[in-house]
Amino acid sequence: MKRIPYYPGCTLKTSAKNLENSAIASAKALGIEMVEIPDWVCCGVVASLTSDDLMRHIAPVRNMLRVEQMCKRGEIEDSRLLTLCSMCFNTLQRSNFRMRENPEDLESINNIMYLEAGDYGGTTEVVHLLQILDEMGFEKITEKITNPLKGLKVASYYGCMLTRPKDIGIDTPENPTIMERFTEAIGSEPIDWQAHSLCCGSYHTVNNIEIVVKLAYEIIKNAKNHGAEAIITSCPLCAFNLDDRQKDIAEKYIDFEPMPVLYFTQLMAIALGLGEEVCGFDQNYTDPRPLLRKKGLLK
Amino acid sequence: MDDRIKKIKLTDRGVEFLRQVEEISGEAITVCEQCGTCSGGCPFVEEMDITPSQIMRKVMLGQEEVLHSRTMWICASCFTCTVRCPRKLDVSKVAEALRQIRLREAIDAIDISKLPKEEVDRMPTIALVSACRKLTG
Repeated sequence: MKRIPYYPGCTLKTSAKNLENSAIASAKALGIEMVEIPDWVCCGVVASLTSDDLMRHIAPVRNMLRVEQMCKRGEIEDSRLLTLCSMCFNTLQRSNFRMRENPEDLESINNIMYLEAGDYGGTTEVVHLLQILDEMGFEKITEKITNPLKGLKVASYYGCMLTRPKDIGIDTPENPTIMERFTEAIGSEPIDWQAHSLCCGSYHTVNNIEIVVKLAYEIIKNAKNHGAEAIITSCPLCAFNLDDRQKDIAEKYIDFEPMPVLYFTQLMAIALGLGEEVCGFDQNYTDPRPLLRKKGLLK
Repeated sequence: MDDRIKKIKLTDRGVEFLRQVEEISGEAITVCEQCGTCSGGCPFVEEMDITPSQIMRKVMLGQEEVLHSRTMWICASCFTCTVRCPRKLDVSKVAEALRQIRLREAIDAIDISKLPKEEVDRMPTIALVSACRKLTG
């Protein structure tokens, strides 16, 4: 079993527990043990975009320091930090790059974190689970699946944080393919559509719901128009805006037809034959089970 | 006056404002050529009172009243403009700088305590944390 340090982030312990559970179970089935780092803190969700205000980088750096500490204590060999949430991935990665490119910033942060056992040296690599799967080889997943998702048409929704900005992203920003390659590997059919990277409205869901409702409606309609039966994502905020907000979308647009929105790990778990126990479908707003049953993919 | 600013004469306060935005954002705003790519691709442009490229122009000209625009609060840092700018400028950083100028004056754009409780209960943690990080100081 390959062991890799894992950063959950706050939402994976609450409203996106289904993302965490399905990911941990799937990774295990593929020979990867996700080892939760000790004493992790919220990364801040959104990366600070200012040249000053270093304070906002302390939380991400503290999490990356945990991996170095685990390696130093001999608890783990892999010096990467695995993330599942797209926003955590982006925020940690941006802070990490900034620390590497600006040693004086890193020094300031290390001085602020003087109570920590040792400084952060910038050696942690932040990775997303999709990258780990890609590195392993999607064909290896195909070999291990027992319940190929034949006939299921899936729209891969990247959103913003997986692919932008370019130097941070896990794939090319304009025409990414990593999720489609994943979708094919688990036996389902990726659809070709335009809204794969259109922003869902992000945190405007808090006080500007209209913006989110409009964008989410456009995204789901675009997926439907191109034949998708379900949308996959790796971001709990996108999942909320595209899934839970379907209630608000249906109130505004009379022609709206609901569509299941799943975490990519939920589909992976089903394909790996792990059963719905690890998927936590109760947390999905539009229940994906009727669709999966109709396709004969779920009992 | 800076050599890069030609012909159009800025007020001293205007230059100071431009410098402040450049310093916080880390972006060389005056290299913007006003091609409009950022505005053309922005998924939020319909909600804005002035477009992202207009924001760039106004900052370039030191027009501090740009701080009263709705645009910087509508920008959700989706980075579509960031990956498309032919001058490799990061407009999202300029919007962040403008938000920060306001927020550092302790002028918040959202009052979390006034949100309906049932909505707050429904929302994922990352929604609330990111909104607070972007809209409060």
